Amino acid sequence: MSSSVKLSCRGVWKIFGPDAKNFLVNHNHKPRSRDLKAANLVGGVRDVNIDIHSGEIFVIMGLSGSGKSTLVRCLSRLIEPTGGEILFDGQDLLKASDDEMIEIRRHKMGMVFQHFALLPHLTVLGNVAFPLEIQGISKERREKLALEIIELVGLSGRENYYPRELSGGQQQRVGIARSLAVEPEIWFLDEPFSALDPLIRREMQDEFIRLQNVLKKTIVFITHDFDEAIRLADRIAIMKDGKVIQIGTPEDLVMNPATDYVAEFTQHIPRAKVLTAGLLKEAYDSSIKTSGTVAHDTVIADIADDIERSDKPFVVTTADDTPVGLLSRKRVMDVLVGREVSL
Amino acid sequence: MISAMKNKVLDVRPFGSAKIFWILALLVTVFFYLEGKGLFPKWMFKVPRKSQIPVKNYISDFMNWLVQEANFGFFTFKELTRGISGLLDLPLSFATSLFSTGFMEGQGSQAIQIIPPMSWIAVIAAVVAMGHYAKDWKLASFIGACFLYLAIFGQWDSAMVTLASIVIAVPFGVVGGLLLAIGAYRFPWFEKTISPVLDLMQTIPVFAYLVPILFLFGFGPVAAMIATIIYAMPPMTRIAIMSLKGVPSEIIDFGNMAGCTKRQLMWKVLVPSAAPGIMVGVNQVIMLSLNMVIIASMIGAGGLGYDVLSSLRRLDIGGGLEAGVGIVVLAIALDRLSQAFAARSEPIHLDGQANIIRRHPWSLSVTVIVLFTLVSGFIVPAIQNYPDTWELGVGSSLAELVAWINVNFFDALEAYKTIVLVYFMVPVKLVLLKMPWAWTILLLCVGAWQLGGRKLFLLTLLLSLFIVATGMWEKAMITVYLCGVSVVIACLIGIPVGIFAAENDRLGRVVQVVIDTLQTLPSFVYLIPVVMLFRVGDFSAMVAVVLYAIAPAIRYTTHGIQQIPSPLVEAGITSGCTRRQLLWKVKLPLALPEILLGLNQTIMLALSMLVITALVGTRDLGQEVYIALTKADTGRGLVAGLSIAFIAIIADRMIAAGSRKAKQRLGLGGELGQETR
Ligand SMILES: Nc1ncnc2c1ncn2[C@@H]1O[C@H](COP(=O)(O)OP(=O)(O)O)[C@@H](O)[C@H]1O
Ligand SMILES: [Mg+2]
Repeated sequence: MSSSVKLSCRGVWKIFGPDAKNFLVNHNHKPRSRDLKAANLVGGVRDVNIDIHSGEIFVIMGLSGSGKSTLVRCLSRLIEPTGGEILFDGQDLLKASDDEMIEIRRHKMGMVFQHFALLPHLTVLGNVAFPLEIQGISKERREKLALEIIELVGLSGRENYYPRELSGGQQQRVGIARSLAVEPEIWFLDEPFSALDPLIRREMQDEFIRLQNVLKKTIVFITHDFDEAIRLADRIAIMKDGKVIQIGTPEDLVMNPATDYVAEFTQHIPRAKVLTAGLLKEAYDSSIKTSGTVAHDTVIADIADDIERSDKPFVVTTADDTPVGLLSRKRVMDVLVGREVSL
Repeated sequence: MISAMKNKVLDVRPFGSAKIFWILALLVTVFFYLEGKGLFPKWMFKVPRKSQIPVKNYISDFMNWLVQEANFGFFTFKELTRGISGLLDLPLSFATSLFSTGFMEGQGSQAIQIIPPMSWIAVIAAVVAMGHYAKDWKLASFIGACFLYLAIFGQWDSAMVTLASIVIAVPFGVVGGLLLAIGAYRFPWFEKTISPVLDLMQTIPVFAYLVPILFLFGFGPVAAMIATIIYAMPPMTRIAIMSLKGVPSEIIDFGNMAGCTKRQLMWKVLVPSAAPGIMVGVNQVIMLSLNMVIIASMIGAGGLGYDVLSSLRRLDIGGGLEAGVGIVVLAIALDRLSQAFAARSEPIHLDGQANIIRRHPWSLSVTVIVLFTLVSGFIVPAIQNYPDTWELGVGSSLAELVAWINVNFFDALEAYKTIVLVYFMVPVKLVLLKMPWAWTILLLCVGAWQLGGRKLFLLTLLLSLFIVATGMWEKAMITVYLCGVSVVIACLIGIPVGIFAAENDRLGRVVQVVIDTLQTLPSFVYLIPVVMLFRVGDFSAMVAVVLYAIAPAIRYTTHGIQQIPSPLVEAGITSGCTRRQLLWKVKLPLALPEILLGLNQTIMLALSMLVITALVGTRDLGQEVYIALTKADTGRGLVAGLSIAFIAIIADRMIAAGSRKAKQRLGLGGELGQETR
């Protein structure tokens, strides 16, 4: 995750209402809530600064109405931000011409929508091939590409179905396939699983993780479900009333919530699902007998069974197999039963 | 709820003084009525010609200038209209050749037919195929039966002329409406410009713009088709705008994210996504085109419409009825067919690459039948033309039935007619005619102010002064009287029927079918039986208007009662209301806003029907338009037409405001009044 910044937004504002631009300038780009209220404007996105790194899953989490959709649409400029900069590979999207934007969206961006947004008059194949059709790619070639992606999302055999003949989960698979058809560099997903039943949602999350292991895209994933965020995210930004109030890894958020509001979400999250071996490790001592190794970024819940079964500690290693510490059974048990652990 | 209560509290005082005002107004009105016209100078009833604003002359002069002098640099206005006619004439003559006359070589009477039109068997095969393609065998056989009826009962030739013009008018209406809608969707200023025009087009009676069309395009099928297209386009535009706006924002976002250009977004994303709604518009265009069939025959369309019109003029009841029923049958068949197309979902995925016969079974078999009947028709004429000897005529027996009714029930019918005329219609007419216009307008404006505030007041004042200033007041009052009595009677029948239909499921379904059918009938058709039974005059006009306009009164009442949230009704029941109390104290007040909307629609339909009843000898604005039409006097026709439209607009706005007020008072919120226009 040490890699370069793919997409970055600097002081981005989106204010709904008449003459918002002047309002923002007149308030020196720092209007307060009551200024907005007095002017009868809605602050959809307020002074957001985030950097999204290549290859990471960046989750934006917040309750309904907190401005997630507005923010993600600012990132792709579906909504024109009122102020700020959006840098995509260093290029300011807000300065791009309409034609440049069309080119960027055609080749570098993909988006998945909460309610799938499939075109009702096209089959699965037609929908997935649509972004390619728009670019004027020949029917033969685009259908060949589309079939490959349909296979990737596990919908082979349904190419000629219409969206209304599919279940919600299947429809969203089409949505995912369609957004991947152009092999985008950055992939936006706006609450992609929120409209699905809990069981299907879980299945789709697994599927999503599987896909990302293959594809290694840069992802901006929106959700209102903190569990989902924890499961999928490399990093999470928490939004409230249009503002980002904390950015960090799931572990950061759970261990050091910036505000009571964040703590509200994190306190119900089982620690074992968030804390990693690297965080819990104690000093490395090569003289102690161990029963195996664990990678430093493994979540405790995933290794709990192994550690419980053995009476000896495990060696914690970094990505290049260097031992950096020991993980004792006692510490793991403490986390599992919810005792305070000193770090 | 709080705001609703506040409203109630605030309403009390103005309501109190308003009551006193209206009681006084009633007294004054009665006084004017009794004292007669003697109290006022004559110009209070009829503005003398020299002080009228000669709007009709302005319009006529303008039209003359357009036709004779207007020049756009590259071409003159006359060339423009000629061009449009030429453009429309091509497809229309093709369709007419295809269905009716066959393809000709040469000119006029020396023309010889080189290819005959589609045989009756081929046409029936084609519609059956379309019925099956759109839905199922049931629909296919129903539509086949409808067309077979036309052949058996001797309406085939006329029906095909009508069909040819519909087949061409509909695509023009649909495409034109869609393009306007797209313009309105893309450019807010364009929507702002056309939406009042659309409003006006839907309230102005067709006859009124028949006159300028006649003037500009001459008499003939093309002019008739232009009138049809203009008539059918506004609803299409409206429905298409609504459907485009109803496309979910996510779909638009998707289109943009896929990198669509503006044009791609419109044609590959928005229009296909809005297609189901747009298909409803197509159905509307078809129905309205059929509705125009008879009216259009006044300016040169042939076919069934012409048959009805000429029978009506000859008072040939049987013939008119036969052709009228022919139109109804055609209308019902096309309505079902287009509705099935609108609701049709793509067939379940064809697996693999089926061969051409499996993929296009219908087009192929219809082509085969067309070719086969074409060739064999030369040998066996019965295949080409339905033989006359197989035809049945119902006209004469229907006429006999009517004659029988008239002979046996003459006294009863005449008695009803006299009672209604003497005790209801004539008094209303006299009251309206005996009031000086200033007084009537004053009352109207006060009502407008109470219901809708200053804006509505100003609108009402201006529109009614236009009617006075152009010298149309007296005729307008006759229109108001005919419309008023018809609407009252329609409501007296329609609202109770609606209530019963809402309370009783079985009855409800029957009523539903009846009013659905009533609404697919072209307005003219109502005239025929009415004239047969009651002969010409105000009473016949009233009966025809009631028949035509009753459907929304029933429909909205039923809907209004059915949509009351059930907890409210249950609350009424648990607090011990009797059935009667439940109806009067709970259901009716809650359904009132909806019933008012029904009333509104009833008034609109009544006004549009009134123009048509001019044919049975009324003396209102409709007659004025009709006379203008026969004289091709554009100014006169438009001024009378606008006056009718203004009456419609005043009524519409006042009722919409009343409905909104009723809603607010009930705390139901919502702005239903607006969107139903
Ligand atoms: N077009 C708009 N005009 C006015 N306010 C809007 C508009 N779109 C969104 N908002 C407001 O902006 C806020 C954020 O909305 P949204 O981004 O959709 O939230 P989320 O996706 O987190 O549920 C909400 O308060 C919403 O009412
Ligand atoms: Mg959202």
